[in-house]
Amino acid sequence: MADTPTTHEQRTGFNEAETTVAKRTGPAGRADAAATTQQITLTINGEKHTLEVEPNVVLLDALRERLDLTGSKKGCDHGQCGACTVLINGHSANSCLTLAVMHEGSEITTVEGLAKDGQLHPVQEEFLEHDAYQCGYCTSGQMMAAVSMLNDKRIGTDDASVKEAMSGNICRCGAYKNILSAVQSAREKV
Amino acid sequence: MRNFAYQRAGNVTQAYTLHGNDNSADFIAGGTNLIDMVKLDIMRPERLVDVNLLPLTEIEELDDGRLKIGALVTNTDLAYDERVTTRYPVLSEALLAGASTQLRNVATTAGNVMQRTRCPYFRNPSRPCNKREPGSGCGALDGINRNHAVLGGSDKCIAVHPSDMCVGMQALGATITVEGPDGPREIPFEEYHLLPGDTPEREHDLRDGELITHVTLDAPIEGAKSHYLKLRDRMSFEFALASCAAVVALDGDTIREARIALGGIATKPWRSHEAEAALKGKPATEATFQQAAEAALAGAVPHRDAAFKIPLAKQAIVRALSTVTR
Repeated sequence: MADTPTTHEQRTGFNEAETTVAKRTGPAGRADAAATTQQITLTINGEKHTLEVEPNVVLLDALRERLDLTGSKKGCDHGQCGACTVLINGHSANSCLTLAVMHEGSEITTVEGLAKDGQLHPVQEEFLEHDAYQCGYCTSGQMMAAVSMLNDKRIGTDDASVKEAMSGNICRCGAYKNILSAVQSAREKV
Repeated sequence: MRNFAYQRAGNVTQAYTLHGNDNSADFIAGGTNLIDMVKLDIMRPERLVDVNLLPLTEIEELDDGRLKIGALVTNTDLAYDERVTTRYPVLSEALLAGASTQLRNVATTAGNVMQRTRCPYFRNPSRPCNKREPGSGCGALDGINRNHAVLGGSDKCIAVHPSDMCVGMQALGATITVEGPDGPREIPFEEYHLLPGDTPEREHDLRDGELITHVTLDAPIEGAKSHYLKLRDRMSFEFALASCAAVVALDGDTIREARIALGGIATKPWRSHEAEAALKGKPATEATFQQAAEAALAGAVPHRDAAFKIPLAKQAIVRALSTVTR
Protein backbone atom coordinates (compact mmCIF):
# COMPACT_ATOMS: atom_id res chain seq x y z
CA MET A 1 0.00 0.00 0.00
CA ALA A 2 1.37 3.34 -1.07
CA ASP A 3 -0.15 5.20 1.84
CA THR A 4 1.06 2.93 4.57
CA PRO A 5 2.26 5.15 7.38
CA THR A 6 5.80 4.54 8.39
CA THR A 7 6.69 6.51 11.48
CA HIS A 8 5.08 6.08 14.84
CA GLU A 9 3.85 9.63 14.71
CA GLN A 10 2.23 9.18 11.30
CA ARG A 11 0.74 5.90 12.33
CA THR A 12 -0.77 7.08 15.57
CA GLY A 13 -1.22 10.79 15.19
CA PHE A 14 0.52 11.11 18.53
CA ASN A 15 4.15 11.96 19.09
CA GLU A 16 6.13 10.10 21.67
CA ALA A 17 5.87 12.89 24.20
CA GLU A 18 2.11 12.47 24.31
CA THR A 19 2.09 8.76 24.85
CA THR A 20 3.47 6.92 27.78
CA VAL A 21 5.31 3.77 26.99
CA ALA A 22 5.56 1.80 30.17
CA LYS A 23 7.82 -1.10 30.75
CA ARG A 24 6.05 -4.25 31.74
CA THR A 25 6.52 -4.72 35.46
CA GLY A 26 5.78 -7.46 37.95
CA PRO A 27 2.33 -8.04 39.45
CA ALA A 28 2.80 -5.25 41.97
CA GLY A 29 3.70 -2.77 39.21
CA ARG A 30 6.33 -0.99 41.29
CA ALA A 31 9.86 0.33 40.92
CA ASP A 32 10.66 0.43 37.22
CA ALA A 33 7.28 1.93 36.35
CA ALA A 34 8.51 5.19 37.86
CA ALA A 35 10.22 6.15 34.63
CA THR A 36 6.90 6.09 32.79
CA THR A 37 4.98 8.81 34.57
CA GLN A 38 3.03 11.40 32.70
CA GLN A 39 1.80 14.77 33.78
CA ILE A 40 -1.93 15.29 34.08
CA THR A 41 -4.18 18.02 35.41
CA LEU A 42 -7.23 16.94 37.37
CA THR A 43 -10.08 19.24 38.38
CA ILE A 44 -11.09 18.20 41.88
CA ASN A 45 -13.69 20.08 43.91
CA GLY A 46 -13.26 22.98 41.51
CA GLU A 47 -9.49 23.21 41.89
CA LYS A 48 -6.92 22.19 39.32
CA HIS A 49 -4.17 19.85 40.47
CA THR A 50 -1.22 18.96 38.26
CA LEU A 51 0.50 15.72 39.13
CA GLU A 52 2.74 13.02 37.71
CA VAL A 53 1.19 9.55 37.56
CA GLU A 54 1.98 6.18 36.08
CA PRO A 55 -0.76 4.89 33.75
CA ASN A 56 -1.74 2.18 36.24
CA VAL A 57 -2.62 4.60 39.04
CA VAL A 58 -6.36 4.47 39.65
CA LEU A 59 -8.17 7.70 40.45
CA LEU A 60 -8.68 6.61 44.08
CA ASP A 61 -4.95 6.20 44.66
CA ALA A 62 -4.20 9.52 42.96
CA LEU A 63 -6.65 11.23 45.32
CA ARG A 64 -5.45 9.52 48.47
CA GLU A 65 -1.75 8.99 47.92
CA ARG A 66 -0.80 11.96 45.74
CA LEU A 67 -3.23 14.67 46.78
CA ASP A 68 -3.89 13.75 50.43
CA LEU A 69 -7.65 13.69 49.76
CA THR A 70 -8.20 10.70 52.04
CA GLY A 71 -11.96 11.08 52.48
CA SER A 72 -12.54 8.60 49.65
CA LYS A 73 -11.87 5.16 51.13
CA LYS A 74 -10.39 1.98 49.76
CA GLY A 75 -12.51 -1.00 50.74
CA CYS A 76 -12.49 -3.83 48.22
CA ASP A 77 -10.54 -2.06 45.42
CA HIS A 78 -12.74 -3.97 42.90
CA GLY A 79 -15.93 -1.94 42.57
CA GLN A 80 -17.93 -4.11 44.90
CA CYS A 81 -18.18 -2.01 48.09
CA GLY A 82 -18.66 1.60 47.01
CA ALA A 83 -16.40 3.12 49.70
CA CYS A 84 -14.40 4.89 46.98
CA THR A 85 -17.42 6.53 45.33
CA VAL A 86 -16.80 10.00 43.92
CA LEU A 87 -18.67 12.12 41.39
CA ILE A 88 -17.27 12.30 37.89
CA ASN A 89 -19.03 15.03 35.93
CA GLY A 90 -21.83 14.88 38.48
CA HIS A 91 -22.45 11.13 38.41
CA SER A 92 -21.32 8.58 40.97
CA ALA A 93 -18.44 6.33 39.99
CA ASN A 94 -16.11 3.85 41.65
CA SER A 95 -12.79 5.70 41.75
CA CYS A 96 -10.96 2.37 42.23
CA LEU A 97 -11.97 1.20 38.74
CA THR A 98 -10.91 4.12 36.63
CA LEU A 99 -7.44 5.37 35.75
CA ALA A 100 -6.32 8.84 36.80
CA VAL A 101 -4.87 9.43 33.32
CA MET A 102 -8.35 9.03 31.85
CA HIS A 103 -9.68 12.07 33.71
CA GLU A 104 -7.96 15.12 32.36
CA GLY A 105 -10.89 17.46 31.77
CA SER A 106 -13.33 15.64 34.05
CA GLU A 107 -14.99 17.47 36.95
CA ILE A 108 -14.30 15.33 40.00
CA THR A 109 -16.07 15.86 43.31
CA THR A 110 -14.96 14.09 46.48
CA VAL A 111 -16.46 14.18 49.96
CA GLU A 112 -14.04 17.00 50.76
CA GLY A 113 -15.88 19.12 48.21
CA LEU A 114 -19.40 18.70 49.62
CA ALA A 115 -19.31 21.36 52.32
CA LYS A 116 -19.35 24.93 51.04
CA ASP A 117 -18.17 28.00 52.97
CA GLY A 118 -18.08 26.11 56.24
CA GLN A 119 -21.65 24.88 55.74
CA LEU A 120 -22.21 21.13 55.54
CA HIS A 121 -24.04 19.76 52.52
CA PRO A 122 -27.64 18.77 53.36
CA VAL A 123 -26.72 15.11 52.87
CA GLN A 124 -23.91 15.45 55.43
CA GLU A 125 -26.24 17.23 57.87
CA GLU A 126 -28.86 14.52 57.55
CA PHE A 127 -26.30 11.73 58.01
CA LEU A 128 -25.37 13.42 61.30
CA GLU A 129 -28.98 14.01 62.27
CA HIS A 130 -30.06 10.42 61.55
CA ASP A 131 -26.94 8.75 62.98
CA ALA A 132 -26.48 7.11 59.59
CA TYR A 133 -23.16 5.40 60.34
CA GLN A 134 -21.36 3.44 62.96
CA CYS A 135 -17.67 2.98 62.14
CA GLY A 136 -17.87 5.58 59.36
CA TYR A 137 -15.65 3.84 56.84
CA CYS A 138 -18.34 3.57 54.14
CA THR A 139 -19.88 6.96 54.96
CA SER A 140 -18.13 9.18 52.44
CA GLY A 141 -18.98 6.72 49.66
CA GLN A 142 -22.58 6.50 50.89
CA MET A 143 -22.90 10.28 50.88
CA MET A 144 -21.41 10.67 47.42
CA ALA A 145 -23.75 8.00 46.07
CA ALA A 146 -26.65 9.78 47.76
CA VAL A 147 -25.74 13.18 46.31
CA SER A 148 -25.49 11.68 42.82
CA MET A 149 -28.79 9.83 43.20
CA LEU A 150 -30.68 12.85 44.56
CA ASN A 151 -29.45 14.92 41.61
CA ASP A 152 -30.43 12.27 39.06
CA LYS A 153 -34.12 12.85 38.39
CA ARG A 154 -34.37 9.65 36.38
CA ILE A 155 -34.17 7.60 39.57
CA GLY A 156 -37.38 6.97 41.53
CA THR A 157 -37.94 8.69 44.87
CA ASP A 158 -39.64 5.91 46.86
CA ASP A 159 -37.74 3.89 49.46
CA ALA A 160 -37.44 0.83 47.20
CA SER A 161 -35.87 2.92 44.43
CA VAL A 162 -33.43 4.49 46.88
CA LYS A 163 -32.39 1.11 48.25
CA GLU A 164 -31.87 -0.19 44.72
CA ALA A 165 -29.96 2.91 43.62
CA MET A 166 -27.65 2.68 46.64
CA SER A 167 -27.03 -1.06 46.56
CA GLY A 168 -23.51 -0.41 45.28
CA ASN A 169 -22.55 0.90 48.73
CA ILE A 170 -22.01 -1.74 51.37
CA CYS A 171 -22.20 -0.92 55.09
CA ARG A 172 -20.93 -3.79 57.22
CA CYS A 173 -22.07 -2.09 60.42
CA GLY A 174 -25.57 -2.37 58.99
CA ALA A 175 -26.58 1.27 59.23
CA TYR A 176 -28.80 0.92 56.17
CA LYS A 177 -32.04 1.89 57.89
CA ASN A 178 -30.65 5.20 59.09
CA ILE A 179 -28.86 5.82 55.79
CA LEU A 180 -32.20 5.47 54.02
CA SER A 181 -33.92 7.93 56.34
CA ALA A 182 -31.02 10.39 56.09
CA VAL A 183 -31.10 10.28 52.30
CA GLN A 184 -34.86 10.70 52.13
CA SER A 185 -34.73 13.62 54.58
CA ALA A 186 -32.05 15.31 52.51
CA ARG A 187 -34.16 14.98 49.36
CA GLU A 188 -36.11 18.20 49.97
CA LYS A 189 -32.99 20.18 50.82
CA VAL A 190 -30.70 19.55 47.87
CA MET B 1 -1.69 -3.72 39.41
CA ARG B 2 0.94 -4.28 36.73
CA ASN B 3 1.77 -1.30 34.59
CA PHE B 4 1.01 -0.69 30.92
CA ALA B 5 1.41 1.96 28.28
CA TYR B 6 -1.52 4.31 27.89
CA GLN B 7 -2.58 5.95 24.64
CA ARG B 8 -5.59 8.06 23.83
CA ALA B 9 -7.33 7.78 20.48
CA GLY B 10 -9.17 10.71 18.93
CA ASN B 11 -11.11 8.82 16.28
CA VAL B 12 -12.02 5.27 15.26
CA THR B 13 -9.21 4.85 12.73
CA GLN B 14 -6.66 6.04 15.23
CA ALA B 15 -8.11 3.68 17.84
CA TYR B 16 -7.67 0.49 15.83
CA THR B 17 -4.35 1.68 14.44
CA LEU B 18 -2.98 2.30 17.92
CA HIS B 19 -4.40 -1.04 19.04
CA GLY B 20 -2.68 -3.01 16.29
CA ASN B 21 -3.09 -6.73 15.90
CA ASP B 22 -0.39 -8.30 18.04
CA ASN B 23 -2.67 -8.96 21.05
CA SER B 24 -0.57 -6.77 23.33
CA ALA B 25 -3.21 -4.05 23.60
CA ASP B 26 -6.76 -3.68 24.87
CA PHE B 27 -9.27 -0.90 24.35
CA ILE B 28 -10.45 0.83 27.49
CA ALA B 29 -13.78 2.69 27.73
CA GLY B 30 -15.47 2.60 31.16
CA GLY B 31 -12.85 0.20 32.42
CA THR B 32 -15.07 -1.21 35.16
CA ASN B 33 -14.50 -4.79 34.03
CA LEU B 34 -11.04 -4.43 32.50
CA ILE B 35 -9.32 -2.70 35.43
CA ASP B 36 -10.81 -5.24 37.83
CA MET B 37 -9.28 -8.02 35.74
CA VAL B 38 -5.89 -6.31 35.40
CA LYS B 39 -5.85 -5.95 39.19
CA LEU B 40 -6.59 -9.68 39.47
CA ASP B 41 -3.70 -10.26 37.04
CA ILE B 42 -5.94 -12.29 34.74
CA MET B 43 -5.66 -9.78 31.90
CA ARG B 44 -2.18 -8.49 31.20
CA PRO B 45 -2.31 -5.78 28.53
CA GLU B 46 0.99 -4.18 27.64
CA ARG B 47 -0.86 -1.20 26.21
CA LEU B 48 -4.27 0.34 26.77
CA VAL B 49 -5.93 2.42 24.08
CA ASP B 50 -8.41 4.86 25.64
CA VAL B 51 -11.43 5.22 23.32
CA ASN B 52 -13.44 7.63 25.45
CA LEU B 53 -12.88 10.56 23.08
CA LEU B 54 -14.43 8.73 20.12
CA PRO B 55 -17.70 10.22 18.83
CA LEU B 56 -19.76 7.15 19.73
CA THR B 57 -22.00 8.53 22.48
CA GLU B 58 -25.25 9.01 20.56
CA ILE B 59 -28.45 6.98 20.30
CA GLU B 60 -30.04 7.44 16.90
CA GLU B 61 -33.35 6.32 15.48
CA LEU B 62 -32.97 5.01 11.93
CA ASP B 63 -35.53 5.44 9.13
CA ASP B 64 -36.30 1.73 9.13
CA GLY B 65 -37.36 1.84 12.79
CA ARG B 66 -34.16 0.43 14.22
CA LEU B 67 -32.27 2.08 17.08
CA LYS B 68 -28.54 2.64 16.64
CA ILE B 69 -26.63 2.83 19.92
CA GLY B 70 -23.11 4.25 20.08
CA ALA B 71 -20.50 2.03 21.71
CA LEU B 72 -19.82 4.60 24.43
CA VAL B 73 -23.42 5.17 25.56
CA THR B 74 -23.38 4.34 29.26
CA ASN B 75 -25.57 1.61 30.70
CA THR B 76 -27.39 4.29 32.73
CA ASP B 77 -28.08 6.56 29.77
CA LEU B 78 -29.25 3.64 27.64
CA ALA B 79 -31.53 2.30 30.38
CA TYR B 80 -33.29 5.65 30.84
CA ASP B 81 -33.45 6.71 27.17
CA GLU B 82 -37.10 7.32 26.39
CA ARG B 83 -36.93 5.40 23.12
CA VAL B 84 -35.63 2.40 25.04
CA THR B 85 -38.06 2.61 27.95
CA THR B 86 -41.05 2.92 25.61
CA ARG B 87 -40.11 0.68 22.69
CA TYR B 88 -37.69 -1.79 24.28
CA PRO B 89 -38.66 -2.01 27.97
CA VAL B 90 -37.00 -5.42 28.31
CA LEU B 91 -33.64 -3.78 27.59
CA SER B 92 -34.18 -1.00 30.10
CA GLU B 93 -35.20 -3.54 32.74
CA ALA B 94 -32.23 -5.76 31.97
CA LEU B 95 -29.77 -2.86 32.21
CA LEU B 96 -31.19 -1.65 35.51
CA ALA B 97 -31.08 -5.19 36.90
CA GLY B 98 -27.32 -5.28 36.31
CA ALA B 99 -24.49 -4.08 38.56
CA SER B 100 -24.83 -0.96 40.73
CA THR B 101 -25.62 2.68 39.97
CA GLN B 102 -21.92 3.63 40.12
CA LEU B 103 -20.95 0.89 37.67
CA ARG B 104 -23.84 1.58 35.28
CA ASN B 105 -22.90 5.29 35.23
CA VAL B 106 -19.50 4.38 33.81
CA ALA B 107 -19.93 1.05 32.01
CA THR B 108 -20.55 1.36 28.28
CA THR B 109 -22.69 -0.49 25.75
CA ALA B 110 -19.72 -2.06 23.95
CA GLY B 111 -17.95 -2.76 27.23
CA ASN B 112 -21.00 -4.65 28.45
CA VAL B 113 -21.01 -6.71 25.25
CA MET B 114 -17.31 -7.45 25.89
CA GLN B 115 -17.56 -8.18 29.62
CA ARG B 116 -16.02 -11.44 30.72
CA THR B 117 -17.24 -14.26 32.90
CA ARG B 118 -17.37 -14.16 36.70
CA CYS B 119 -16.31 -17.81 36.92
CA PRO B 120 -14.14 -17.96 40.09
CA TYR B 121 -11.69 -20.32 38.40
CA PHE B 122 -11.25 -17.85 35.53
CA ARG B 123 -10.80 -15.01 38.02
CA ASN B 124 -8.18 -16.78 40.13
CA PRO B 125 -4.80 -17.08 38.39
CA SER B 126 -3.75 -19.92 40.71
CA ARG B 127 -6.60 -22.15 39.45
CA PRO B 128 -6.80 -24.07 36.19
CA CYS B 129 -8.91 -22.45 33.49
CA ASN B 130 -9.00 -23.29 29.80
CA LYS B 131 -10.42 -19.87 28.97
CA ARG B 132 -7.59 -17.96 30.67
CA GLU B 133 -4.85 -20.48 29.96
CA PRO B 134 -5.79 -22.92 27.18
CA GLY B 135 -4.93 -26.50 28.04
CA SER B 136 -4.70 -25.96 31.81
CA GLY B 137 -8.02 -27.70 32.45
CA CYS B 138 -11.39 -26.57 33.79
CA GLY B 139 -11.58 -26.22 37.56
CA ALA B 140 -15.33 -25.83 37.52
CA LEU B 141 -16.36 -29.08 35.82
CA ASP B 142 -15.57 -31.12 38.94
CA GLY B 143 -15.27 -28.20 41.31
CA ILE B 144 -17.63 -25.74 42.92
CA ASN B 145 -19.99 -25.07 40.04
CA ARG B 146 -23.16 -23.65 41.56
CA ASN B 147 -22.91 -20.51 39.41
CA HIS B 148 -22.06 -22.30 36.21
CA ALA B 149 -23.79 -22.99 32.93
CA VAL B 150 -26.28 -25.74 32.23
CA LEU B 151 -26.62 -24.74 28.55
CA GLY B 152 -23.91 -24.22 25.95
CA GLY B 153 -21.06 -25.76 27.93
CA SER B 154 -18.37 -28.16 26.76
CA ASP B 155 -15.90 -30.50 28.41
CA LYS B 156 -13.48 -27.56 28.33
CA CYS B 157 -15.59 -24.78 29.87
CA ILE B 158 -18.92 -24.16 31.61
CA ALA B 159 -18.41 -20.49 32.50
CA VAL B 160 -21.56 -18.34 32.45
CA HIS B 161 -21.80 -15.17 30.38
CA PRO B 162 -22.62 -12.59 33.05
CA SER B 163 -24.43 -9.83 31.14
CA ASP B 164 -28.06 -8.86 31.64
CA MET B 165 -28.01 -6.25 28.86
CA CYS B 166 -26.92 -8.83 26.31
CA VAL B 167 -29.83 -11.10 27.22
CA GLY B 168 -32.24 -8.26 26.52
CA MET B 169 -30.52 -7.52 23.21
CA GLN B 170 -30.52 -11.20 22.29
CA ALA B 171 -34.31 -11.32 22.67
CA LEU B 172 -34.87 -8.07 20.77
CA GLY B 173 -32.53 -8.96 17.93
CA ALA B 174 -29.62 -6.66 17.14
CA THR B 175 -26.58 -6.13 14.95
CA ILE B 176 -23.10 -5.33 16.18
CA THR B 177 -21.06 -3.00 13.97
CA VAL B 178 -17.31 -3.32 14.23
CA GLU B 179 -14.52 -1.46 12.49
CA GLY B 180 -10.90 -2.38 11.95
CA PRO B 181 -8.09 -2.26 9.44
CA ASP B 182 -10.27 -4.11 6.89
CA GLY B 183 -13.10 -1.60 7.24
CA PRO B 184 -16.46 -1.82 8.96
CA ARG B 185 -18.59 -4.95 9.07
CA GLU B 186 -21.79 -6.09 10.74
CA ILE B 187 -22.28 -9.15 12.91
CA PRO B 188 -25.71 -10.47 13.94
CA PHE B 189 -25.89 -10.28 17.74
CA GLU B 190 -26.66 -13.97 17.96
CA GLU B 191 -23.44 -14.86 16.14
CA TYR B 192 -21.20 -12.48 18.06
CA HIS B 193 -20.61 -14.47 21.25
CA LEU B 194 -19.14 -17.91 20.65
CA LEU B 195 -19.80 -21.19 22.42
CA PRO B 196 -16.71 -22.45 24.28
CA GLY B 197 -16.43 -25.78 22.47
CA ASP B 198 -12.75 -26.77 22.29
CA THR B 199 -11.59 -23.12 22.27
CA PRO B 200 -13.09 -21.34 25.31
CA GLU B 201 -10.43 -18.65 24.98
CA ARG B 202 -12.24 -17.49 21.81
CA GLU B 203 -15.24 -15.62 23.18
CA HIS B 204 -16.47 -13.54 20.29
CA ASP B 205 -16.33 -13.01 16.56
CA LEU B 206 -14.03 -10.00 16.71
CA ARG B 207 -10.89 -10.02 14.58
CA ASP B 208 -7.60 -8.66 15.86
CA GLY B 209 -7.68 -4.92 16.18
CA GLU B 210 -11.40 -4.54 15.52
CA LEU B 211 -13.45 -2.20 17.65
CA ILE B 212 -17.20 -2.23 18.31
CA THR B 213 -18.64 1.08 17.16
CA HIS B 214 -22.40 0.50 17.48
CA VAL B 215 -25.10 -1.92 18.50
CA THR B 216 -28.27 -1.51 16.43
CA LEU B 217 -31.51 -2.94 17.79
CA ASP B 218 -34.00 -4.45 15.35
CA ALA B 219 -37.22 -2.49 14.89
CA PRO B 220 -39.71 -3.41 17.61
CA ILE B 221 -42.14 -6.22 16.80
CA GLU B 222 -45.49 -4.57 16.24
CA GLY B 223 -47.78 -4.84 19.22
CA ALA B 224 -45.25 -6.73 21.30
CA LYS B 225 -44.77 -6.40 25.04
CA SER B 226 -41.57 -7.31 26.77
CA HIS B 227 -40.21 -8.06 30.22
CA TYR B 228 -36.93 -9.06 31.91
CA LEU B 229 -37.07 -11.28 34.99
CA LYS B 230 -33.87 -11.82 36.94
CA LEU B 231 -33.57 -14.35 39.77
CA ARG B 232 -30.54 -14.09 42.07
CA ASP B 233 -29.24 -14.72 45.58
CA ARG B 234 -30.06 -11.17 46.68
CA MET B 235 -32.40 -8.61 45.20
CA SER B 236 -29.83 -6.11 43.98
CA PHE B 237 -26.19 -5.83 42.84
CA GLU B 238 -25.86 -9.53 42.11
CA PHE B 239 -25.44 -11.65 39.01
CA ALA B 240 -28.31 -13.82 37.78
CA LEU B 241 -28.77 -17.43 38.76
CA ALA B 242 -31.36 -17.51 36.00
CA SER B 243 -32.95 -14.75 33.98
CA CYS B 244 -35.43 -14.53 31.15
CA ALA B 245 -36.04 -11.84 28.57
CA ALA B 246 -39.44 -12.34 26.97
CA VAL B 247 -40.88 -10.45 24.00
CA VAL B 248 -44.41 -11.49 23.03
CA ALA B 249 -46.99 -10.22 20.55
CA LEU B 250 -50.53 -11.57 20.86
CA ASP B 251 -53.41 -11.84 18.41
CA GLY B 252 -56.27 -12.08 20.85
CA ASP B 253 -55.22 -14.95 23.09
CA THR B 254 -52.94 -16.50 20.48
CA ILE B 255 -49.19 -15.92 20.47
CA ARG B 256 -48.31 -14.35 17.12
CA GLU B 257 -44.62 -13.75 17.79
CA ALA B 258 -42.34 -14.63 20.69
CA ARG B 259 -38.69 -14.14 21.56
CA ILE B 260 -37.07 -15.83 24.53
CA ALA B 261 -33.52 -15.24 25.75
CA LEU B 262 -31.94 -16.59 28.92
CA GLY B 263 -29.18 -15.40 31.21
CA GLY B 264 -27.27 -16.80 34.18
CA ILE B 265 -27.49 -20.37 32.92
CA ALA B 266 -25.55 -20.40 29.65
CA THR B 267 -22.08 -19.82 28.26
CA LYS B 268 -23.36 -17.01 26.03
CA PRO B 269 -26.44 -14.77 26.03
CA TRP B 270 -28.84 -17.57 25.16
CA ARG B 271 -31.57 -17.25 22.58
CA SER B 272 -34.01 -20.15 22.76
CA HIS B 273 -35.49 -20.80 19.34
CA GLU B 274 -36.88 -24.03 20.81
CA ALA B 275 -38.96 -22.09 23.32
CA GLU B 276 -40.07 -19.65 20.64
CA ALA B 277 -41.23 -22.49 18.36
CA ALA B 278 -43.22 -23.95 21.26
CA LEU B 279 -44.99 -20.61 21.74
CA LYS B 280 -45.81 -19.38 18.24
CA GLY B 281 -49.40 -19.96 17.20
CA LYS B 282 -50.33 -21.39 20.58
CA PRO B 283 -52.76 -20.02 23.17
CA ALA B 284 -51.14 -17.80 25.80
CA THR B 285 -51.73 -20.13 28.72
CA GLU B 286 -49.55 -21.43 31.52
CA ALA B 287 -49.60 -24.88 29.90
CA THR B 288 -48.08 -23.39 26.74
CA PHE B 289 -45.47 -21.49 28.77
CA GLN B 290 -44.51 -24.69 30.57
CA GLN B 291 -44.04 -26.47 27.24
CA ALA B 292 -41.81 -23.63 26.09
CA ALA B 293 -39.79 -23.87 29.31
CA GLU B 294 -39.34 -27.63 28.85
CA ALA B 295 -38.23 -27.05 25.25
CA ALA B 296 -35.74 -24.36 26.28
CA LEU B 297 -34.05 -26.55 28.89
CA ALA B 298 -34.32 -29.87 27.04
CA GLY B 299 -30.58 -30.02 26.38
CA ALA B 300 -29.49 -28.77 29.80
CA VAL B 301 -26.65 -30.54 31.60
CA PRO B 302 -27.09 -30.68 35.40
CA HIS B 303 -23.57 -30.09 36.73
CA ARG B 304 -23.39 -31.10 40.40
CA ASP B 305 -24.10 -27.82 42.20
CA ALA B 306 -25.90 -26.12 39.31
CA ALA B 307 -28.64 -28.67 38.72
CA PHE B 308 -31.11 -26.41 40.56
CA LYS B 309 -30.77 -23.90 37.73
CA ILE B 310 -32.74 -26.12 35.38
CA PRO B 311 -36.05 -25.92 37.30
CA LEU B 312 -35.23 -22.32 38.27
CA ALA B 313 -34.80 -21.28 34.64
CA LYS B 314 -38.01 -23.04 33.66
CA GLN B 315 -39.86 -21.14 36.36
CA ALA B 316 -38.26 -17.90 35.20
CA ILE B 317 -39.56 -18.51 31.67
CA VAL B 318 -43.08 -19.32 32.84
CA ARG B 319 -43.21 -16.34 35.15
CA ALA B 320 -41.76 -13.89 32.60
CA LEU B 321 -44.28 -15.09 30.01
CA SER B 322 -47.14 -14.89 32.50
CA THR B 323 -46.15 -11.32 33.35
CA VAL B 324 -45.75 -10.16 29.77
CA THR B 325 -49.07 -11.63 28.59
CA ARG B 326 -51.06 -10.48 31.59
